[in-house]
Amino acid sequence: MIGTRKDLLGLEDLSADEIVSILDTARTFREVLDRPIPKVPSLRGLTAANLFFEASTRTRLSFELAEKRLSADTVNFQTSGSSVSKGESLKDTARNIEAMGIHLVVIRHQSSGAPHYLARNLDAGVINAGDGTHEHPTQGLLDIFTIRERRGSIAGLRVAIIGDIMHSRVARSNIWGLIKLGASVTVAGPPTMMPLEVERFGVSVARSVDEAIEGADVVNILRIQLERQRSTLYSSLREYARVYGVTGERLRRAKPDVTVMHPGPMNRGVEIAQDVADGKHSVILEQVTNGVAVRMAVLYLLAGHKAPDESVPETPATETQKAHGEPSLHPRR
Amino acid sequence: MDGAIAGLGEDAPADVRSNRAAEVIQAPGSVICPGLVDIHVHLREPGQEEKETIESGTRAAARGGFTTVACMPNTAPPLDDRPRIEYVIRRARESGHARVHPIAAVTRGQMGEALTEIEDLVQAGAVAVSDDGKPVRNAEIMRRALQLTRALGVPVIQHAEDPDLKGDGVMHEGWTSTRLGMKGIPDAAESVMVARDALLAELTGGHVHVAHVSAGRSVDIIRKAKARGIRMTAETAPHYLVLTDEAVEGFDPRTKMNPPLRSAKDRDTLIEAIVDGTIDCLATDHAPHTEIEKDSDFDSAPFGIVGLETALGLYIKALVEPKHLSLPELILRLTVNPLRVLGLPGGTLEAGQPADVTVFDPARRWTVRAAEFASMGRNTPFEGWELPGRVALTMLGGRVTYRAAALETSAR
Repeated sequence: MIGTRKDLLGLEDLSADEIVSILDTARTFREVLDRPIPKVPSLRGLTAANLFFEASTRTRLSFELAEKRLSADTVNFQTSGSSVSKGESLKDTARNIEAMGIHLVVIRHQSSGAPHYLARNLDAGVINAGDGTHEHPTQGLLDIFTIRERRGSIAGLRVAIIGDIMHSRVARSNIWGLIKLGASVTVAGPPTMMPLEVERFGVSVARSVDEAIEGADVVNILRIQLERQRSTLYSSLREYARVYGVTGERLRRAKPDVTVMHPGPMNRGVEIAQDVADGKHSVILEQVTNGVAVRMAVLYLLAGHKAPDESVPETPATETQKAHGEPSLHPRR
Repeated sequence: MDGAIAGLGEDAPADVRSNRAAEVIQAPGSVICPGLVDIHVHLREPGQEEKETIESGTRAAARGGFTTVACMPNTAPPLDDRPRIEYVIRRARESGHARVHPIAAVTRGQMGEALTEIEDLVQAGAVAVSDDGKPVRNAEIMRRALQLTRALGVPVIQHAEDPDLKGDGVMHEGWTSTRLGMKGIPDAAESVMVARDALLAELTGGHVHVAHVSAGRSVDIIRKAKARGIRMTAETAPHYLVLTDEAVEGFDPRTKMNPPLRSAKDRDTLIEAIVDGTIDCLATDHAPHTEIEKDSDFDSAPFGIVGLETALGLYIKALVEPKHLSLPELILRLTVNPLRVLGLPGGTLEAGQPADVTVFDPARRWTVRAAEFASMGRNTPFEGWELPGRVALTMLGGRVTYRAAALETSAR
């Protein structure tokens, strides 16, 4: 299904079936990662470019690792806000990518919709690795993958998302994906960080963190970045920690086997208390490992129609879905 | 008198009707009306000639059926002293495609701090003052500008926007901005400034003209202000009547303008306000930009779209075809009304008036092709739209400034 798509720009665009097919493919790659030599030749001969117009460590590493585990060639471009007009550089970037014959582009950009611009202007497949405050689809997928691994299925789960919903691309991608798969999602955070008409996503808005956590199967805690927001949005980290910080005490309102998530990097003692971050409910490091498998799945499925020559297995996504991937993965011995 | 209207039909003097040297223009089915007037354009000259020049901008005006435009002072440098006002008037006269009335800056450099020499600028030919592109943020300066312009009989045209509420927003704040993760501009960013200015106009007796009204809440305030006898007039632009914030879906920078496209409810309120006269006149906010600037991600692109060559068709589509206005009612809002806001005469076809005439076929449909624009700006969200109201001929002081290729003419 996703094999017929050129790009992955957001989870809003995907059907439940497409999301499930990515998760199933990721399951196969997750097993590959546990092998002694965790590498497959699926993307041999293809080149992926990682374009990070905004600082990132773990997402960039995760994508690069995923590409290398799939035997793709990788090139990296990183800038932290250059003096040249951002619009011009994006257009030039697109032209350069075209000239260099790159097959897959992973882009992170501070402007919502920047990956859509590249997708419109390029034959290469484009993967959104976070655009402004819009979407971060692979983070959403890896969160959902992690939840599914832990709790078996998504339908019927109660998921609480806590923090700055307005500026969170992680929140948007999680909400779209979870709701499509039948979860019920509650959000909580400062009223100044709750976007207008947020209920129209299909979520409930809780008046407090306690209310959101009540009876939750999953609590996903967003990183608070007051230093990046306008100072008018909230008073201080101290106040934030007091009112919205998820503590062990607050977590007792959730289901006894609650799953605690955080997209990282954490501000320990602010949005997440130390004992919660390192507690038995936390799956924060599993999220990181699963992130590589999920990104491998996305790269693999999008590359389905990108084969440059016979050295790449004729393994479009449809076959993967049927056979659960195994015949096409050729683990190296 | 040369270049003047001799008379209409049988009322024209016999010697004119029998003049064998005269060219006869046949346009069956067409409307002949006073030349259209646009109270709000950006001609970009001096200083931003890569976007538009007075020559290309007025050629675009003629192609869109306009014979008179008032141009905003946010050039580089801004129109804040006499030589620059005189420069615009001279360049417009040299180009000869339309009458250009410059609008002078309210504050020096449009920096919002110190008043310009308003009386000198008005004597030089400015028809209004405005810091358009930016609001006059300081209420004290707005008050003093209203006192000074009242004595001169010109309006202060306000780009109504609270800069703090706008912040770094790029589109209307609502469900679409929430969904797209775009920074929103609440409608209150406009309306709080309209409310403030209504109170300052009441305090001073001065005349505030509200530029490009986009929000329903602003309409409510303007309507109440008028009912209280406050001198407040208003304009809007075509895009607010035919598009909503949902058009931003897809992140196309050609849907980015300030104020932003708002909700369907705002659009409906604007149409009511045009019908009942709360919004006095119809403008374009013609804002050309280069292709390089607009061909980018949404946040990086500048605000603004071109409007001169699509306005008439869009207004007929939005207002006349759905029967909100009759054609004569529309033409009034595109001719006499904007001139009266500026305190200028004309806008009619009476004998003796300059022969500023527009001929268009309200039923004839045409397709918008930005590549065919006379404007250097191609930044339109209406590419490929089929519009009614094709302009056949535009005449300025008896001289043809635009003639559609298909128009038949013959010598007598």
